[in-house]
Amino acid sequence: MAAPESQILKENKSTPEIMIRPKQILSQTPAKLLDKNGPKIEVQGLNFYYGSRQALKNISVSVPRHQVTAFIGPSGCGKSTFLRCLNRMNELIPDTRVEGEFLIDGMDIYSRNVDVTALRRKVGMVFQKSNPFPKTIFENVAYGLRISGMRGTSEIEAVVEESLKKAALWEEVKDQLHDSALKLSGGQQQRVCIARALAVEPEVLLMDEPASALDPISTAKIEELLFELKKNYTIVIVTHNMQQAARVADLTGFFYLGELVEFDDSKTIFTNPSDKRTEDYVTGRFG
Amino acid sequence: MKPGLLKSDTYFTWLTGLAMFLILAILAIIVGNIVKYGYHTITFEFLTSAPIEGMTAGGIFPAIFGTVVLVILMVIAVIPVGVMTAIYLQEYANPNSLFTKSIRFAVNNLAGVPSIVFGLFGLGFFIQFVGRNMDRAMGADLLWGQPSLIWAALTLALLNLPVVVVSAEEALRVVPREHREASLALGGTKRQTIWRVILPQALPGILTGAILSISRGAGEVAPIMFTGAAYYLPYLPTSPTDQFMELGYHIYVMSTQSPDVEATKPILYATVLVLLILTLLLNFIAILIRYRMRVKMRQVA
Amino acid sequence: MTEQSVNISATKAGIEREVFSLSKKFRFKEFLIEKFILLNSVAAIIGVILIFLFIFKESLPLFTDREVQSEASVGKFIQQKEWQPVSDHPRYAFLPLLVGTLKAVSVASFFAIPLAILAALFTTEFAPRRLREFLKPGTEILAGIPSVVMGFFALMVMATFLQNIFGYTMRLNAFNAGIALGLAIIPTIYSVSEDALNAVPHQLREASLALGASKWQTAYRVVLSVAMPGILAAVILGVARAFGETMIVLMASGNAALVSGNLFDSVRTFSATIAAELAEVVFGSPHYHTLFFIGSVLFLITLLFNVLAHTAVTRLQRKLAGR
Repeated sequence: MAAPESQILKENKSTPEIMIRPKQILSQTPAKLLDKNGPKIEVQGLNFYYGSRQALKNISVSVPRHQVTAFIGPSGCGKSTFLRCLNRMNELIPDTRVEGEFLIDGMDIYSRNVDVTALRRKVGMVFQKSNPFPKTIFENVAYGLRISGMRGTSEIEAVVEESLKKAALWEEVKDQLHDSALKLSGGQQQRVCIARALAVEPEVLLMDEPASALDPISTAKIEELLFELKKNYTIVIVTHNMQQAARVADLTGFFYLGELVEFDDSKTIFTNPSDKRTEDYVTGRFG
Repeated sequence: MKPGLLKSDTYFTWLTGLAMFLILAILAIIVGNIVKYGYHTITFEFLTSAPIEGMTAGGIFPAIFGTVVLVILMVIAVIPVGVMTAIYLQEYANPNSLFTKSIRFAVNNLAGVPSIVFGLFGLGFFIQFVGRNMDRAMGADLLWGQPSLIWAALTLALLNLPVVVVSAEEALRVVPREHREASLALGGTKRQTIWRVILPQALPGILTGAILSISRGAGEVAPIMFTGAAYYLPYLPTSPTDQFMELGYHIYVMSTQSPDVEATKPILYATVLVLLILTLLLNFIAILIRYRMRVKMRQVA
Repeated sequence: MTEQSVNISATKAGIEREVFSLSKKFRFKEFLIEKFILLNSVAAIIGVILIFLFIFKESLPLFTDREVQSEASVGKFIQQKEWQPVSDHPRYAFLPLLVGTLKAVSVASFFAIPLAILAALFTTEFAPRRLREFLKPGTEILAGIPSVVMGFFALMVMATFLQNIFGYTMRLNAFNAGIALGLAIIPTIYSVSEDALNAVPHQLREASLALGASKWQTAYRVVLSVAMPGILAAVILGVARAFGETMIVLMASGNAALVSGNLFDSVRTFSATIAAELAEVVFGSPHYHTLFFIGSVLFLITLLFNVLAHTAVTRLQRKLAGR
């Protein structure tokens, strides 16, 4: 995925700072972190517009598989927008435009041949504010299965149980499966949403501020969960909680004003960042 | 605090309160009057037997039956169309397109058309045009081209379309955006999202619209005067081409064209009371559902 | 247990297969359903167009057929003095009908508009909170009284009552019908006004009260002026409804096509004319076409009113959103 030097210089003519640091170029992930099968997600030259306002500027990044990748940055800098590009949820907002290439497992997800609903099963999303349906816990988790056509009750029950176990919620709710999901606590509701997303067997899990609305204990539970989940899934989270990113993420990217300023393994970002803006942010000089 | 300010507030509180009270009082008097003079005639027999002796005795069962059948037919016609229109406007339509704006414009204007104009339409379109052409096509003599249940029901359905659309739209709008997003993010299609997530939550609002349309359908007389209602029929309507007796129409004719007003007065008052109870009860239920729905929404938000 | 795991992997494989292919399947069912929904939503537009078409169609001969025009024409509507379609020398003057309609609608408006707006003000500005919860739904429920019941009451009870108070000769007249009509439109004006007043953000009220204004001053100077377009819309809608209302006037106004300035004379309105005469009219006669013409006029007038009301509401929304 390395691009020839001449192309690098051509692409980044307008951003001199980037020319000075040849490390932050097209494929921003240090080669050592990439799986030998190649990155799971590759983004090249992403530009995103809300109407005439450009929200994302020339983003290029590779997300490795079976790792937790976090994107941090001050609010409004584009990280959630970026996340929503990965499962094409931005298409729900009118008057938006996407430019650039998005590859998952080497396939362009924006191509005309792609079935968006199938994509969204492969790339699952957990939202900032937990949004379980006003149905029973069981029906919430089973929802994705039902809409993809699964019929047999015993099969559905098995998958529901498995998903709730993966979300570390089974023990707590196994006797209340047919109670309303809205009766659970905030942290439990969020885990129902995670189980719901896991039930359709995604390969990538996108999480938008997964624990921002939760108390510290629930947050800790969910972070523990991420350690387990990354063995089988590629996880991308967006958070404004730097400590969280430092705790759970293998790689971290820093978004600022619509640009991906720096992307490296978390240790480097938080202890020895290359870009001054990154340094200012992680040391708390602005937030 | 200046004494002047207090006085103006008290004065206007009383003035506006009086207006409110006056309105409610007059309406209460109307209801009270009807109850007072009507209720002693209402017996089980009254509700289940046919009128006899020139409407001075007997019951009003045929009118009740006719009203019920009419309303059922109307509901079958208006609810699906109205709900689908609301779904289209809320979930599928581009808010800026000319088409969407035309639909909204049309719905708003249907709401304002006088009921007698609907009656004219029922006559001029359904009976004269559709009905007569159907007869011509089928070679029948005069079957569809005359006042009948089906045309009256369809006329009422058009009249009530705005009521259903507006209630259904409000119900759909209130469903939180997050649930739509969650369903789509799980790979659901728009249709699945609507059918499995949005509609179940919108059901109370849609029900409100349905009940309000029933109430209005039972109470409107002008649209059915020339499209199917009759004052006295010796039979109950059994096919959509039959004419029918109807509560509202019955009241109108009995009040204005009865040869002996005093003799029919008890039956008349009782009939009015039956219609009144029916419509007020339906309205009460509909508004109760809507009220509870709005309270629940406020709690969740 | 093993059987279960086999089932899970089989299903998993199924989902995987579908997902990995990532090819766009033409979801036929989706497409059909979307088109079906679209088709049904056209119903409203088709309805309005059809109403327009067919009502005008039946009034066309007034403009095209000489023979019809010899008896009834727009010119005659304007010039003649009496409304006597059923007689040896049919006369079709709109004047009595217009006078009758205006009388009834005026009485209704003068009665209903102040009452309804004051009541709406009470509900939103002066009423204690708990009372407020009951007032609007309560009035809405009472709005469910069918117009035929209102007409019945006006005919049976109110006419006698008012005659005893005011002592006039004609028991059923414009005044009687007008009051009943007013009662019928009060809920409409009240409801829409209340919505408009409620839509005014409470921050504005708070700002005014914090400056030492009384509730009334706040209501009058701040709330009312901001909500004015909405209240105007409410009034327009109410008057439009009064214009087209049929049953009440049919039963309570006396149905005599007289021209006079006296509010206590019997009158005949446009809508009541259609209702009263359509039953007996000969299909295809000039009288028939005239009645449809009246219907077209009513349709157009209420359309106009609706557009006006809608413009007023949009202006209110724009005002609230910030000029």
